[in-house]
Order: sequence, then structure tokens, then C-alpha cells
Amino acid sequence: MAVADVASAGAEEVPDRIYRHSGLTRATHWINAITLFVLLLSGLNIFMAEPGLFIGQYADFDHPAVRIFAAHAADGHLVGVTQIGNSQITTTGFLGVSNNATGHPVARTWPTWMTLPSYRDLATARRWHFFFAWVLVINGAAYLAWNTYVRHIQKDLWLTRQDIADIPQSVVDHALLRHPTGLAATRYNVLQKLAYLAVILVLVPGMVLTGLTMSPGMDAALPILPWAFGGRQTARTLHFVFAWSLVLFFIVHMVEMVLAGPINEITSIVTGWYRVPKAHSAPHSDKGAV
Amino acid sequence: MSDTPILAQIRSAALARRNWMKAGLASLGGLWLAGCDQLSNNTAALKVLESAEGLTRRAQRLVLSPGQLAPEFKTSDISPNFKANGSVDPQDAAYRAHVANGFVDWRLSIEGLVQHPMKLSLADLKARKSRTQITRHDCVEGWSCIGQWTGAPLADLIREAGLKPEAKFLVFHCMDTMGGGGEDNRYYESIALADVFHPQTLLAYEMNGAPLAVPHGAPVRLRVERHLGYKQAKYLERIEAVASLDGLHGGKGGYWPDRGYEWYAGI
Repeated sequence: MAVADVASAGAEEVPDRIYRHSGLTRATHWINAITLFVLLLSGLNIFMAEPGLFIGQYADFDHPAVRIFAAHAADGHLVGVTQIGNSQITTTGFLGVSNNATGHPVARTWPTWMTLPSYRDLATARRWHFFFAWVLVINGAAYLAWNTYVRHIQKDLWLTRQDIADIPQSVVDHALLRHPTGLAATRYNVLQKLAYLAVILVLVPGMVLTGLTMSPGMDAALPILPWAFGGRQTARTLHFVFAWSLVLFFIVHMVEMVLAGPINEITSIVTGWYRVPKAHSAPHSDKGAV
Repeated sequence: MSDTPILAQIRSAALARRNWMKAGLASLGGLWLAGCDQLSNNTAALKVLESAEGLTRRAQRLVLSPGQLAPEFKTSDISPNFKANGSVDPQDAAYRAHVANGFVDWRLSIEGLVQHPMKLSLADLKARKSRTQITRHDCVEGWSCIGQWTGAPLADLIREAGLKPEAKFLVFHCMDTMGGGGEDNRYYESIALADVFHPQTLLAYEMNGAPLAVPHGAPVRLRVERHLGYKQAKYLERIEAVASLDGLHGGKGGYWPDRGYEWYAGI
């Protein structure tokens, strides 16, 4: 592979450290991380006020796409139930029914540690949610505008022809938990690029747009919003799907961070400086195991 | 099966470490939760969070022209089961009396900072020009229902009453007492002049072609599209033009706004 050849041939040209993340990228990264965390937990509190998801303009209460609720078993015990379509699973202890502060099972969509505030409070959760929604939008706009202007997105994130050809190899490398070293480690790999592009161009903008679609004021200003998402209730369902997609991204992001070397990775997103992992043991490949 | 002493020691050390890590994570999580809960009850922190409401209101007023209509729907889009929320069967004695005699003695008064205070019967309202619209009702809880509303456009009535120049808001006083409390727990809401003169703002007396039923606010409720459900005050009896919302109940301009919800309910 051309990329591997260059890396092994010019191994001594690989710098020890590179300046990987600009100050703006680092600042917006951390603001975004905290913001998404607050939005998720306050959003889950808001969801408790109507713990069902629907498709269409209005809520067809008898036919939810998803519903989390508590039911009484024959012996009177509370049972947590999660319903997706027509199938129901028991999720006592986590969804529908979980323990309160004194250890007693209570009817509650999510456990207390998953919501902000920890207690049920729609009004306050909305205050948190809308304040941080503005932070998300302003922070995200700054990130996108600046990194488009300095061509970071075009140069470092956008897929090249080579990236597309590398997809199968990258899938194998990820499956074997092999991390790039040398010159290849100074660039993002194709799956990493796809994940970041999905977050900055699809998931976060999708969160914002589906969030706006839930606003009756915005639906009057921009009727294209509810039209594009297939109705306000569908938009609310998508808001939920995008949110959990971001949680999934976060989990993979954390796993990859730990596998790739947590100290180096965290240092780079705090100081900007990334130590380039050295290629060892694998003479013809820059994809040696970490 | 009993462990050898060495194995037992390793096992208990591993268990201790695991317990220690679990306790550590739990206390970190607990600290975060306690911190957020504390902020949620801190007046200064809440003020910061609440500052977003002004930003939202100004931003929406910027993109929302005064006459811009909320989306309207077809008859086939109407919800088969329109949920009634909040008060659904007020027990207030005065209201029960109105229900008992079919609202014949009910009067809606328009008062406060107006040139010509008015008292209207249900028949008076129905005699005026009406508007019918099929709109989506968005509850703050997250659900929506679609219904057809027929009523008298508020703008016509307010022009007739004639607002005094210092009037800035209309306050809607309702007949239902929330949560079994006293006079202070009467439902009320308020809207800005931009919404008063909006073509879809109605004093609605019909829903889905039938007289407004008790669960939905009989005899007359407010429809102020482009806002959440809690703005759509039910069981109306008095509309008051005011210069400021400060002196009313909790001072935030509505039963739910007094309890932490946004007064600007376009979001």
C-alpha cells in the first residue's frame, strides 16, 4: 500500500510530536463535551413527562413506537416495561422501574443518575436544556465556521479517494484493534473521519434541527421543518435516536481513546501536542499493534 | 470449595479493589448529581439558565413575522383522541353552576386598560365573525394533538374594546382552581400584543365542530397558536389588559410560569 511504503521508507522523517488540535478545536471540543452531557441528562428528564415516542404529526397514544412504563405484576410488585413496536421486554431496575434514594423500587422512566435534575422536574430540566442548546449552537457554529475557513475540515476530515479504497483494510484494523503508527498516525483513518463527519455534519445538526422542529414558534417561522422530518412527533423520535447515536459515538470514542493510548490522546486534546507512536516490529507496515 | 490462604488473600484484595473502584465511581457520580441538583435550586444559577428564555424570545421574534401563521392541517389529520390536560373537570362552585345551566349566565368580561370595557355572553361571541382552523396543539410534556377550533378572533374584540396606549399584555383569568388551592391557585395566562393581534388567536367555543366540552375548557378557551399548550387557557371568564405582569399572582404572567416554566412558550 502506498501509504505504508512512504511511512516505512521515510521512517526518520516522521516527527516525534505534531501539533494536532488548534486552540479553537480544543476549546470547542471540551465545551461541546460538557454541553452534550448536560443536554442528554436534562433531555432524559424532559422525556419522563411523556415517556413514549410516536411517528407523525400527532401522538397516536395507542400506537407508540417506543414506550417505557411501569406495570403491576400479579403479586403487586412493580415491573418496568420497555415496549418497542409491539414487543415488550422487562427492564425492572433500569427502565420503567428503578430504586429511589432509599432503595425502594419506584415507577420512573430512567434511574435517578441518568437525569438532570436527578428528581423529576420538567420546568428546571427545560431551563438547563434550552440554555445549553444555545451553547451547543454557538459553540458548534464557531467550530464549523473557523474550521471551514482554515480548511481543517476539507484537508483533515473530508474523505479522499485513497480513504474510500482503504475502508475494507480500516475495518479489519479496527476489528483487530490495530492502531496506526508513524506517518499514518499523523492522519485520521477513514472510519475515524466518517465518525467525526457523522457527528459534526449529521448528528449534532440533526439534534438542533429536530429540536427546533419541536418548537411551535419555529414551525410557524419555518414550516419546512415539520414537513422535512415527517411531523413534530417524528422529529421528537429522531431527536431521541440522534441523541443515543451520539451516546454510541461517545462510547466508541472512549474505547478508541483508551486503546490508542489515553495519556497521549488526552494530552493532545488538552495541549494540542500529539506524540506520534513509533512503528516497531513491523518492517513493511505502519499499522503495527500499539 | 475452600480457597488456599494465598488465593483467598488475592480474591479479597481484588474484591476490595473492585469495591473501592465502585465506591469511587459512585461517589463521583453522586457528587455530580448533588452538584447539579444544588445548582438547580440555586437562585443565581437558575437566573443564568433562565437568561436563555430572552434570547429564544428575541430570536424567534426575529425570524417570525407578526402575521406568520402556524401550520394548518386537513380534516383527515385531526387526532382521534385529543388528550385533555391540566384541569379537566373543575370543581369550583361558580363553574359547576355554569355547567349546570348550560353557561347561559356566563359572561366574559374584557377590562383593565381598555377604552370600552365589555361583557359578552356566549351568544354575543357566537354572533360575531368567526374563524375555523385545524391546528396542532403541542403540550410542554412532549406530545401533540391536532384539533379543529372555531371561535371569535381576539383581535376584533380587542379593537372594539380599544386598548389604552400603556397596555402591553392581555391576561386571561380562568374559572378553574389548580390543585385544590384557593384563589391564588386559579389558572391564568398572559400574552403579548403581537399574539393578541395574530389572525389565528381565537376565543374558541367549538372544537371539532361541537360545542367545547368541559375537559377542553367549556365554554370558551384561548387558542394562541405558535405557543405550547399551557398558553391555551381554558374556562375563561375575564380578559384584563395590563401594562405589566408584576402584580399578578407570582408575577411571572401565568400559572405555570410562576412555577418555573417559560413565559415565552414558543419553544
